Amino acid sequence: MTTSEPVASDAGDGGAADLQFRDPEVADELADDIAAQMERIDEPVEIMHVCGSHEQVIAKFGLRSMLPDALSVTMGPGCPVCVTNMPEVDEAVALAEAGKTVATYGDMFRVPGTVKSLADAKAEGASVEVVYSASEAVELAETNPDEDVVFFATGFETTAAPTAAVLQADPPENFSVLSAHKYVPPAMEVVAEMPETDVDAFLAAGHAATITGYGLFEEFVDEYDLPVVVGGFEPLDVLYGVRRILEFIEAGEGGLDNAYPRCVSREGNEAAMAAIDDVFTLTSGEWRGIAEIPDANFVLREAYADHSARAQFDIDAVDGAGDPLTEQCICGDIMAGTASPEGCELFGEECTPSNPVGACMVSDEGTCKIWHEYGGEPDL
Amino acid sequence: MSDDDTVTVAHGAGTGKTRAFLEDSVVSRFAQNGAGDDLAVGLDALDDGAVHEIDDRSVVVTTDSHVVSPLSFPGGDIGRLAVAGTVNDLAVMGATEPLSLTCSLIVEAGTSVELLEDILDSMEATCEAAGCAITTGDTKVMGSGEVDGVVINTTGVGVIPQGAHVPDAGLSPGDKLVLSGAVGDHGITLLAEREGFDIDGELRSDVAPVNDAVAAALDAGTITAMKDPTRGGLATALNEMATKGAAGIVVDEPAVPVHDAVSAAGELLGIDPFDVANEGEVVFGVDAADADAVVDALQATSVGADAAVIGEVTDEHTGRVVLDTGFGRRYLSEPEGEQLPRIC
Repeated sequence: MTTSEPVASDAGDGGAADLQFRDPEVADELADDIAAQMERIDEPVEIMHVCGSHEQVIAKFGLRSMLPDALSVTMGPGCPVCVTNMPEVDEAVALAEAGKTVATYGDMFRVPGTVKSLADAKAEGASVEVVYSASEAVELAETNPDEDVVFFATGFETTAAPTAAVLQADPPENFSVLSAHKYVPPAMEVVAEMPETDVDAFLAAGHAATITGYGLFEEFVDEYDLPVVVGGFEPLDVLYGVRRILEFIEAGEGGLDNAYPRCVSREGNEAAMAAIDDVFTLTSGEWRGIAEIPDANFVLREAYADHSARAQFDIDAVDGAGDPLTEQCICGDIMAGTASPEGCELFGEECTPSNPVGACMVSDEGTCKIWHEYGGEPDL
Repeated sequence: MSDDDTVTVAHGAGTGKTRAFLEDSVVSRFAQNGAGDDLAVGLDALDDGAVHEIDDRSVVVTTDSHVVSPLSFPGGDIGRLAVAGTVNDLAVMGATEPLSLTCSLIVEAGTSVELLEDILDSMEATCEAAGCAITTGDTKVMGSGEVDGVVINTTGVGVIPQGAHVPDAGLSPGDKLVLSGAVGDHGITLLAEREGFDIDGELRSDVAPVNDAVAAALDAGTITAMKDPTRGGLATALNEMATKGAAGIVVDEPAVPVHDAVSAAGELLGIDPFDVANEGEVVFGVDAADADAVVDALQATSVGADAAVIGEVTDEHTGRVVLDTGFGRRYLSEPEGEQLPRIC
């Protein structure tokens, strides 16, 4: 086990373009190395990353156009908003329509449920507030003591930890959490085992690993014997991570490397992990359009039932017909890495960021939204 | 009620939704309605102004309403914006010496006279800088709450030799693209001002008349197309030029001047400086042989110190803009909808 990260040739005059991890010359050197590795490997390689922030940097800097054709870097189930299941959105909508104040992250606001999104509910008069943090949702409850404030909590470990922290800090009685938090490692296993996927390696998400530690992936690597490299979010981080993965593949072995040691340790943030473990337990649940995934949904433990929206309120499931276009949405296949947005007949036509059909076109972390903004995988 | 039933801020964002509204509801009604044979550039061109050919001359007309919030901001105010905006629209049509400017003021009752005087002082100073005069106008006062502060409409008229106007649709493969200065200053400054932060006081709107710079460029070489990248920013202007010119554009991102403070604030705010309004910049399509001369000429003007060649026109990727990021390549898309309402 080694740890390493890219180093820039020299720092410039300090402007944003000269950030150490945005040196185009070093990028070219890494791309040359990758091309040479792929020549030696001499067969197609598919790397899956599991993070919308990775997709952002890959698309924004045009990194795919630097890679050989035989090397594909595909986004997997790395957008927590996108994998939030429609019935979970329906629960939040039902609570809002039942008179609760629902607070949620901005990304979640416009995600369609079966019949409507929280934004639709708000337009019809329900109380829905966009917040930037779990603690802001608690403040909302404190300043509105006569209202029931439900925090519709989404995201991976990076946002599950602050949700846990506010619940541990004895929030007001009128504050509760509707948890749709998700845990990525079991989803990686499910995707790796899908017959239609052909994933040779994973580029793991650096920010989630700041919480969990990279040690978390040791078991996965032992079981699946695939390379897993934890990567950061600057263009050089991604190229470096890809080169590191290809070293494992060239050597014909699985393995784990931390290519983001400036932020990630083996143990991670032990206080945050302890808080998550204290507040949440894992249960199986459907990830939108992908599969039922065992032990990948964070739900509140019994000890926190007083602040669990599901324990405190009867949530009437929404009934009604969904948007027929939703049937054509292939968001789930895209999240599983078995399809690309350009394979979707709605992409850029009926489905755009201002008029989204699926969650992947709503969230800034969604593959479709990112490809729509940056042009996806053009052969330029 | 769906988005289609009501006017949203996106209808006025200067991007796709604005164009769809104009094409479906405005151009279809007025494009050829009563226009004579003298109309060389009309509504349907969706250019920066109209051109009438009369005898051996061309008359250029343009109009713009200004609704910025806040009314005063680092680098300018609504008065400077109202004059520069219209002078610049005339200039990028090729009319660099405005014949006449109108000014229509709509003021909310309760506005302080001192504020109004300051705005008019600013208009006077900007007219002087641009070498133009306000020759007619109108003033209306609306009740408190019926309009927000001050709205200013200006209309400009310019007269040039017949055929001397420069459309935004004139790019052809091989042309170089020249930008007169750094992008993003106006939009990022306004947003930072509203969000209440500044980067070491370095953020300033670029609002300024560019007619002298355009005149210098026209003197220095063959200009095939011009556009001022206002609402929707450089990204929208380049996409429009590529679409209308039926050409492809390749932009060298590291060559595009962006001030450090703007780039830093853009990263913090999650806003790309390419996507926001500029109020003192011009993108030129230039015959390749003249590109360096045009850059030199621009650099000698008051607004052109950062002028640079930022890309070229190709016969590939028709109607699209390809951005060479310095790492790899991707498409540069237009921003969707309205990121920053009421900035110009």
